[in-house]
Amino acid sequence: MSLYQLTAKELHRKLCNKECSAREVTESVLGRIDACEERVGAYVTLDREGALAAAGEVDKKIAAGEAIGPLAGIPVAVKDNICTKDVLTTCSSRMLYNFRPPYDATVVERLRSAGYVMTGKANMDEFAMGSSTETSYFKKTANPHDLARVPGGSSGGSAAAVAAGEAVLSLGSDTGGSIRQPASLCGVIGLKPTYGSVSRYGLVAFASSLDQIGPFGRCVEDVAALYGVICGKDPMDATTARRDYPDFAAALKGDVKGLRIGIPKEYFGPGVDPEVKELVYAALKELESAGAVLRELSLPGTDHALSAYYIISSAEASSNLARFDGVKYGFRAEEYDGLTDMYEKTRSQGFGDEVQRRIMLGTFVLSSGYYDAYYNKAKLFQKALRAEFADAFQDCDLIATPTSPTVAFRLGENTGDPLKMYAADICTVTVNIAGLPGLSVPCGLSQGLPVGMQLIGPRFSEQRLFDAAYGFQTIRGGSLCGIPALA
Amino acid sequence: MRYTTVIGLEVHAELSTRTKIYCSCKNSFGSEVNSNCCPNCTGMPGSLPTLNEKVVEYAIRMGYATHCTINPVCKADRKNYFYPDLPKAYQISQFDIPLCEHGYVDAVVDEEGNTKRVGITRIHIEEDAGKLIHSENFSGSLVDLNRCGVPLIEIVSEPDMRSAHEAKAYLDSIRAILQYLDISDCKMQEGSIRCDVNVSVMPEGSTEFGTRCEMKNVNGFSAVERAIEYEARRQMEVLEAGGTISQETRRWDDLAGKNYLLRSKEDAQDYRYFPEPDLGAIVVPEELLEQLKATIPELPGAKLLRYMKETGLPFFDANLLCENPDKADYFEKCLALGQCQPKAISNWLLGDVSRILNEKNKTIADTSLAPEKLCRMIALIEKKTISNTAGKTVLEEIIWSDKTPDDVVQEKGLAQISDTSALEAIVQSVIDANQKVVADFHGGKTNALGFLVGQCMRQSKGQGNPAIIRELLEKALG
Repeated sequence: MSLYQLTAKELHRKLCNKECSAREVTESVLGRIDACEERVGAYVTLDREGALAAAGEVDKKIAAGEAIGPLAGIPVAVKDNICTKDVLTTCSSRMLYNFRPPYDATVVERLRSAGYVMTGKANMDEFAMGSSTETSYFKKTANPHDLARVPGGSSGGSAAAVAAGEAVLSLGSDTGGSIRQPASLCGVIGLKPTYGSVSRYGLVAFASSLDQIGPFGRCVEDVAALYGVICGKDPMDATTARRDYPDFAAALKGDVKGLRIGIPKEYFGPGVDPEVKELVYAALKELESAGAVLRELSLPGTDHALSAYYIISSAEASSNLARFDGVKYGFRAEEYDGLTDMYEKTRSQGFGDEVQRRIMLGTFVLSSGYYDAYYNKAKLFQKALRAEFADAFQDCDLIATPTSPTVAFRLGENTGDPLKMYAADICTVTVNIAGLPGLSVPCGLSQGLPVGMQLIGPRFSEQRLFDAAYGFQTIRGGSLCGIPALA
Repeated sequence: MRYTTVIGLEVHAELSTRTKIYCSCKNSFGSEVNSNCCPNCTGMPGSLPTLNEKVVEYAIRMGYATHCTINPVCKADRKNYFYPDLPKAYQISQFDIPLCEHGYVDAVVDEEGNTKRVGITRIHIEEDAGKLIHSENFSGSLVDLNRCGVPLIEIVSEPDMRSAHEAKAYLDSIRAILQYLDISDCKMQEGSIRCDVNVSVMPEGSTEFGTRCEMKNVNGFSAVERAIEYEARRQMEVLEAGGTISQETRRWDDLAGKNYLLRSKEDAQDYRYFPEPDLGAIVVPEELLEQLKATIPELPGAKLLRYMKETGLPFFDANLLCENPDKADYFEKCLALGQCQPKAISNWLLGDVSRILNEKNKTIADTSLAPEKLCRMIALIEKKTISNTAGKTVLEEIIWSDKTPDDVVQEKGLAQISDTSALEAIVQSVIDANQKVVADFHGGKTNALGFLVGQCMRQSKGQGNPAIIRELLEKALG
């Protein structure tokens, strides 16, 4: 078995026991990248030199007998909308094709002090708008389980990198499902944390009130460890909560006895593929056999969630993306006549179709005379949905649903139909609107393609989600994710 | 037809907090271009605002000083528009829930101390934008982002003013309050106070306002007066010619003394306000509100009227004394000593003391002139121990040194000569030396006497008691 195939937990043990060096770990992952990146296309930018240098630092520490943390020397891919000082951060957009941030995002700073090794910047849908990573200006990313299919999105590069063994862990961002859906489609574990638990400072904003950075990994322990490093109050982000977080990975319990799992019928409707439903039900039955208690429940607000999500997220995006005007950084149209023309040409040429569609949608719903009918109503719905979830959590500890209504679709299959593409988010957007944590774990294969189960908990209940997922991982023999051969 | 002018003002005042409103960059004027900037100020992708709580405190104090209701829970909103000096392409401001609202200011409008009450609609906090720079060596525009994030309060008045004079009085009051609270530098030339002016006219006696026009960024208080007078006249002329006023934004050109159409109502921008998702609610605890309320000093308008009433000072004096809180405070310390007349204190403070300070470009706090010293000096004059002229000499000495007035009087031998026999000799010698003036005096030129008194004072080296000299002269000249 090669080092790139191991989990962070296993690698940490080997590093501590000096069974391998951090350099060897990084070289193994870089070797895997050499072998399959051309076919997978997970990265927009690779940073081999930076990765080897960071690994060298960790080896020095180990040689000096210093204690190292669980992420020291672990190769991690970072989504390309998270600012990395002096390293290209493009958001997979022509608009930022040459943008090197002058500062590190808070999560990157924290990972740096934890001794991580950044392999590079992961491909994504342009400005995180999409569900297939096909709106990237630079390249398509393939699903490692079937290279003709999408990895999901928008964090498709982050999910594919971990699934293919091109990184041990990765960071994504999730505004409406952008971590969980690609995790589901690529057969890895992905967490969308509670809103306010991870700093957004340095995350190029899509929808500020919904965005959250989160981890991908191939085992529950790894995801818990990565989350443990990035979560916490940040004075640079006023929306982060001040609270104490446990050592999630160390506190993991595999026991699901007595765990009350709610099953909302709205998430198992006709829009969801029957085989997907069956695999999720089967997983829930296994948890029941291990002592969990299953309860049917209803979350009727779900039916309006997609509309509310596209109103709120597009409204905020229209404002957040207004700063890309060609004045200060990034792309500027070559020929223009005066200021207004410079704005128009820069933004028409710098943004792709999907981004322009959302900006127009968002501009419309905020405009005078329409604000109350759209944005305000969506915000009222948000309150109602939060109350609905709070009610549901009176009777259950967590809620289980499919993560995606289908398995990975073919590249190009949905690109001509934005509404069909938007429907891919149907099971995940409620979690963002309500500010809750959601974890996607692989629960089986449908025609050889991964299916994910989503576990949703009350705010700041990440430990409970990890415990349940760990229990499930234990039931499944200690492993949920395998790396495809990519022959 | 006769018309009434109706005026409302929006005043933007930069607050003098140490750091900016949404980051920890320095809030200072005149630094090197683009030097007080961080990823926030430059609108870098991924940057986030964090609120400087001092800004909220400063604004609340202004709210209390203008009798506003404070909203202890409010929020920030985004105002969206494109301009190269606005790096985020939105300004973080406040929309439907301002920090302060429903207040008023009593502006003193004449020398009798009559006041005009002007309603304050709202006071909210927001960030300033950068500045475009045009250079001869460069054909395009350059932008300096140092001013991005400088904290502002916008003070919106009710349309309560009826003349340019009232508007000026209101602005003077606002500026004086800002200075008393020590929350703004109030430097017009550095743009730390800027003004948008709304003007409409209606037939005299009418209660229905006419259509208003707005003039943006009128710089300088006297420019505001000129801009209002011009715009009111323009509107009256349009109406007199049978036309109608359309709601529009106009630009005041102070040099030309004219304004120009900037945009009509149809071109009005839609700012697409919505709550700023990067900042939580602004919540001000009850205890903090109480604390802030307790910091509000007696305000300049009230002080002015009190001085006029309690000390009998004329408006001119009282107004100058109240101009800045340090001067007023000094005056009151002098009054409290009870050694001399209020008018005498005022005369010295506004006269020679101010002159000396202005010459040296200093404030009274930079001097050694304790109120006790100034009052002792004035008392010596009032007791006729020294002459007024000698008083000036004493002041020049005691203002920069630790010497007391009595030290100086003794050192320089400035005590007045009231001894008649000593003065009689001087009077006689002056009469002898000025026979022509004496003849003029006898010829009916009464001011010739003044000249002779002056000559006697000179001969006595300023120490002669002028009243006694005058008496002796009159006697000698019969």
